[in-house]
Amino acid sequence: MTDLAIDLLWLVILLPLAGALFLHFVGQRLPEPMAGLLASAAIGLSFLVGLVGAFPFFQGDGEATTILLWSWMPAIGANLELLWDPLSALMTLIVTGVGFLIHVFAIGYMHGDERFGRFFVNLNLFAASMLTLVLAGNYAMLFLGWELVGLCSYLLIGFWFTRDSAAGAAKKAFVVNRIGDFGMMVALMLVFAAFGTLSYAGIFDRAGEVLTTGVATAIGLLFLLAAAGKSAQIPLYVWLPDAMEGPTPVSALIHAATMVTAGVYLVARSAAIFELSPTAQVTVATIGAATALWAASIAIAQYDIKKVLAYSTISQLGYMFMAVGATAYVAGIFHLMTHAFFKALLFLGAGSVIHAMSDEQDMRKMGGLLSKMPVTGVTMGIATLAIAGVPPLAGFWSKDEILGSLFARGGWYGVLWVVGLLTAAMTAFYMTRQWVMVFWGEPRWSEDAHPHESPGMMTLPLIALAALTVVGGFVNTPFRFTLEHFLEPVFEGVSMQHPPEGWGMFALMAGISVFAGLVGLAAAGLAYRRPMEDWAEFEQGLQPVWGWWEQAYRVDDFYNVTVVQPGKKAAEAAAFSVDLPVIDGAVNGVGRLARGIGERVRVLQTGQVRNYAALLFAGAIALVVWLAVTGA
Amino acid sequence: MTVIQFVILGAALFSFGVYGLLVRRNLVLVLLSVELMLAAVNINLVAFESMLATSELLGQVFTVFVITVAAAEVGIGLAIILMIFRNRQSANADELTLMRW
Repeated sequence: MTDLAIDLLWLVILLPLAGALFLHFVGQRLPEPMAGLLASAAIGLSFLVGLVGAFPFFQGDGEATTILLWSWMPAIGANLELLWDPLSALMTLIVTGVGFLIHVFAIGYMHGDERFGRFFVNLNLFAASMLTLVLAGNYAMLFLGWELVGLCSYLLIGFWFTRDSAAGAAKKAFVVNRIGDFGMMVALMLVFAAFGTLSYAGIFDRAGEVLTTGVATAIGLLFLLAAAGKSAQIPLYVWLPDAMEGPTPVSALIHAATMVTAGVYLVARSAAIFELSPTAQVTVATIGAATALWAASIAIAQYDIKKVLAYSTISQLGYMFMAVGATAYVAGIFHLMTHAFFKALLFLGAGSVIHAMSDEQDMRKMGGLLSKMPVTGVTMGIATLAIAGVPPLAGFWSKDEILGSLFARGGWYGVLWVVGLLTAAMTAFYMTRQWVMVFWGEPRWSEDAHPHESPGMMTLPLIALAALTVVGGFVNTPFRFTLEHFLEPVFEGVSMQHPPEGWGMFALMAGISVFAGLVGLAAAGLAYRRPMEDWAEFEQGLQPVWGWWEQAYRVDDFYNVTVVQPGKKAAEAAAFSVDLPVIDGAVNGVGRLARGIGERVRVLQTGQVRNYAALLFAGAIALVVWLAVTGA
Repeated sequence: MTVIQFVILGAALFSFGVYGLLVRRNLVLVLLSVELMLAAVNINLVAFESMLATSELLGQVFTVFVITVAAAEVGIGLAIILMIFRNRQSANADELTLMRW
């Protein structure tokens, strides 16, 4: 059964891909829920295949296997091959499992959209691309998935492309990601130059012998650039807040749970390379910490329900980068998993609220929704507590493991630990602020809004994700390191950072981080349970800092002045001073030359047959004379 | 009899042909001039063959070819001239400048 599942593992990718292709051709003609049900079935089946295939790993007797599907360019290690090991299995289960719930939610959320079928084409295509990325057995195939998820992200952000803001956001996401992809390509060239192959098998085992520290640092930093683009880290995070223009299930699936974690996966997968370069490690961790704090501060002052979650995602991704940078790979992947649960839940809950409020996203116009939509309110409350780090919810265990590992590593990482704690307090603050603003206090919505609980198709995924949020953390606790043992074979050859040993240390660490979380939680609860005039005054009291936070430090304006405008000017210069006169000039010049010669030569064509005959004889005589003179 | 007399005859005949081709305006006469040149070539071929006396009789064989091709050429040429005359009521070469620039 299991062997069969591993032989059929390609189905994991093929099922959603087939779903996308099938719906592409017939999806528009199906009655509305059919397309969504088919897409959900495709990814659900994909999850089941992955689950059966992962069974040996759960039992602890599974071996990492490479499955060669098609030998494309064996000379450079670029084949269609799947690497099935605990890490890719876990990622597959997260992508398909959370993805399935989000697909189901989307059936309810996209109800009535005129391009309902098209939406599920893109969603399924995304799932197939993401699975290609995580199941790849070499960097070439990973790169293929990497680009494909970028494409799907573009298509889905711009799903409502008739809105200018959505089309612009999609373009921004794509262009910013190209910068990261540049790093990816150069990194892969360096890898190929050093190893002569792109296959994982030929790289990770030999990394220690082949790479010098300098080359390893270069590859690691370029990988970081790539990851910063895809996973929205400083300085390339600016596309993610704009990506909220896409439908909310897209934000949940792509911009919270799966695609944006690709960068974390890349670093964890390339652990053997980062192993050789402490510089790259510390850079990854520092970028992560800076991003976590930066984005958390912006999230505090947002009023758009999805913008808060967007900045929160960036901040939590920063957490994961801190973890993998400190070589606490298991902690990073663990947080990736729990974050997928509770952030998907938060986004879907936000979607449910937006749905109920007839597309209102401003939290100042919400309030008191708990009695109107109890399921959404309670599940989002659970997720809020989880991300704030309240035990025993999932977020507590994973966040605590990251902070503990940072503390245990010490030195500069100790500073990052403080940053992490600060971020944890801020996270608790803005998430509580959001929940209280939306679900507590006096109703502030307008007369004609009639908030109502969403249909079962939408609340069931919320409940499922809430359950995962509650129990998800127990896979890796100091009492039972299940995930640790599960992932151990993947990180066999590299040194890994663990949280400090001993119950006393655990209690101390947990105590500090829970305290930080509770401070944020209590502060926000106290501030925002009061009427709006009071907390508006409280926010105004924090000026001018509040204004900076609210406007996201005006980074977009900064980039506009320093990068976008000069870029446009350079493009204009290239177009009108180089392309037009030089390139076009050369092409047009050839045409003009031919015409000019033709103008002069055409007078020879008199149309008089006798003229031609005369020229013919003149030529013949000239030939004879020439032969006679040269004597040839 | 030496070959030189035949070559002179051929050259004279060829020159008449060239002259006729260049100065005649009537297309039928132009075509006749071409025939004259071909005849000159045939005389040359036969003359040189009688001098060299190759075992394969190459000169005679070529002459037969030239006569055959010339017959075909005259057939087609006259047909074209006939069609031109029917269309334009004239066989004057100077008036046929339709294909000029």
